[in-house]
Amino acid sequence: MARPLKQIHLAAHFPGVNNTTVWSDPRSGSHIEFASFAHLARTAERAKFDFLFLAEGLRLREQNGEIYDLDVVGRPDTFTVLAALAAVTSRLGLAGTINSTFNEPYEVARQFASLDHLSGGRAAWNVVTSWDAFTGENFRRGGFLPQEARYSRARTFLETTWELFDSWRGDEIVADQASGAFLADPEAGQFAHADAHFDISGRFNVPRSPQGRPVIFQAGDSDEGREFAAASADAIFSRHGTLTDGQAFYADVKGRLARHGRRRDQLLILPAATFVLGDTDAEARDLAREVRFQQVSGQTAIAFAEQLWNRDLSGYDPDGPLPDIDPDPGENTIARGRASVRMYRDPLATAAQWRAQAEAGKLSIRELIIEVTGRQTFVGAPATVAEAINHLVQSDASDGFILVPHITPGGLDEFADTVVPLLQERGVFRSDYEGSTLREHLGLAPLPAGQAVREVAS
Amino acid sequence: MRLSVALDGAGWHPAAWREPGARPAELFTAAYWTDVVAEAERGLLDFVTIEDGLSLQSSYRGRPDSRTDQVRGRLDAVLVAARVAPVTRHIGLVPVVVVTHTEPFHVSKAIATLDYVSSGRAGVQVRVSARPDEAAHFGRRAIPPLDLRDRADPAVQQLITELFAEAADYVEVIRRLWDSWEDDAEIRDPATGRFVDRGKLHYVKFTGDHFSVKGPSITPRPPQGQPVVTALGHAAAAYRLIGQAADVGFVTPHDPAQARAVVAEIQAAHAEAGRGPETINVVADLVVFLAPDAPAAAARKARLDELAGREYTSDAAVFTGTPAQLASVLQEWQQAGLSGFRLRPGGIPADLQAITRGLVPELQRRGVFRTSYDAGPLRGRLGLSRPANRYAASGRS
Repeated sequence: MARPLKQIHLAAHFPGVNNTTVWSDPRSGSHIEFASFAHLARTAERAKFDFLFLAEGLRLREQNGEIYDLDVVGRPDTFTVLAALAAVTSRLGLAGTINSTFNEPYEVARQFASLDHLSGGRAAWNVVTSWDAFTGENFRRGGFLPQEARYSRARTFLETTWELFDSWRGDEIVADQASGAFLADPEAGQFAHADAHFDISGRFNVPRSPQGRPVIFQAGDSDEGREFAAASADAIFSRHGTLTDGQAFYADVKGRLARHGRRRDQLLILPAATFVLGDTDAEARDLAREVRFQQVSGQTAIAFAEQLWNRDLSGYDPDGPLPDIDPDPGENTIARGRASVRMYRDPLATAAQWRAQAEAGKLSIRELIIEVTGRQTFVGAPATVAEAINHLVQSDASDGFILVPHITPGGLDEFADTVVPLLQERGVFRSDYEGSTLREHLGLAPLPAGQAVREVAS
Repeated sequence: MRLSVALDGAGWHPAAWREPGARPAELFTAAYWTDVVAEAERGLLDFVTIEDGLSLQSSYRGRPDSRTDQVRGRLDAVLVAARVAPVTRHIGLVPVVVVTHTEPFHVSKAIATLDYVSSGRAGVQVRVSARPDEAAHFGRRAIPPLDLRDRADPAVQQLITELFAEAADYVEVIRRLWDSWEDDAEIRDPATGRFVDRGKLHYVKFTGDHFSVKGPSITPRPPQGQPVVTALGHAAAAYRLIGQAADVGFVTPHDPAQARAVVAEIQAAHAEAGRGPETINVVADLVVFLAPDAPAAAARKARLDELAGREYTSDAAVFTGTPAQLASVLQEWQQAGLSGFRLRPGGIPADLQAITRGLVPELQRRGVFRTSYDAGPLRGRLGLSRPANRYAASGRS
């Protein structure tokens, strides 16, 4: 018996502070004005997307000891802009990336609970960890956390916030004007938590929110990150957007769920995906190539090469051949504040591979960087892209995609107008919202009422 | 006359939630806050402040109570302000932020973002926390249970000195971070491939006893340049902070003579800090219980006191009477050098509507209050210009 078609989940990622985002295009608008955020959110809601997603970066990136100036720089505070977006949307989920290293559970829990109240149950939290002293220089704790401790802190941070969310069951507020009873429980919000990272106790001061707690996203790709997600997350923001990679990741992570007493449908796999649309597939391919050149300027190509070589390459011509010297094998000090640097586990091997590829294809530095970085996930006419998305989801390479437009704020408009209707026609994407909370959009069961961790006098 | 309101739950009287028209079951919804701020905007008020704290409300100082007959619980005030911003157009939005346990880096960008989403209407009311229970919610420092009213106690003095010194550092850091991007730092220059001119981004390099912050902010300079910084003060340490670092100081005199004295003290601190001709607004807080005639106002307050089981008292002066009587009191008190008033409605909606629909028309008739909003940022409405960027003249850093 053929299994029923899976329903696709789609989300919009506000264009990021990296070279995927094209700022040199005449259509590129402000990355900071609220109107840009409102535009993308309204487009996503018009297209019945599950949620809007914001990334995080708590220190401006640097290269060669100076602020990196080739990409979009600057972003708003995540909680604040999401709360404002709740005013201009009514169904769209609002997902924010918030660090567990440079925050405290009581404050983050009340911010997410508040956002969930103010949006009528649409909040989501992408839990990320950092450990670098570089970012720590902006915070009270400094670079206090050894790298190996970051997941243990993230895990216990998340558990602690759950205890705070659950410290209100949801039935405490009676607000009976006649009898004068505002609360049904004199100890509402009571909590106590002690472990190696947090020793806190008292009363949580935000009553239970519509979803009980925000939807939890996890973005890490390491074994520890996958295990963390399998244990605790509702969705994974993954980077495995192709069929083979996606299927392997999907099988791996879904396979871990049973060990944590969870079902396969309790964790959604949502890779990030970029796209370029055209009237025809050929036109889209041409456009995609143009976009890649916009994304990788000559200066950007040199900067990328420097990140692998771990050396100053400013004297090289981006339209010339790759450096013939080898990467500096020492600690990578050239670029700070970006995650991608740590992906080059063996810089010498990667450089050798790049050189071979460049020689074989007679590629300049810029052309090579265009080849080896960030190719678009979906390129084609709307029907082609709709088919590709549906195929990947039905083949269990993902449960949907978090789409990253390369133009702010209008980069999703065409997708909403052309691809979404095709998915709706196929019956694999909603034509309207059925529920009002993000949990409902994602097909996640409602949470049970808070588990009081205390003796309640009755 | 500058006029604002301080919003807290269903109103400042602990029994306000039981008044007819109150919406106690909606205190945690966007609809409630949108309606309340819209009402303040209908009254052409300068701004609203939104109360906040990092503990459950309590009738005790520094520890929770087990009462069930008063409002308990509150939403994050910055997020309430942000939620309201896109559906209001003119009124200033000034959430309370506790500085003792939070990160200046996070709060600086949050208020900058509030300024973006409100198109230049953001402010912040900074508050220190001496509550042991709030410290225990963070677990990073212990604050001893002291009777803060006992100013002769050296431990009290030491704690207050430390908390206000930290608050001063905190305001310094959030202000530096707001300036850490020059206004024209974003250049989008295709010829050189540069999005920003990094010579116009500045490390703030603050080092202090409680935190060090390198910067720059991740958020560009907000529309107002510097959003409005406010603080409430009851004694010397707070007056010093207001004079040194704030744009608006809320104070609680109980008569014009006290008002005159506190204005002088804050202005002296302001002069000592060498802030030049920059305006400092000293604003008196009053809790108000209003009705169309004085006996009805008194009866309303008596009814609330009866429900609460005790007479309401406050740090601020408590006014009970008609909007016209209140207008006369405000005009008289203003002669003491106050820039205006922040009214704390005893009950919402009754006292808020009496302010917007009774007091404001009365003040307009007397020619001392605006009859429409001017376009422009909150700073301008408070007599503050858009400040030059402290880093702009110094060139590269």
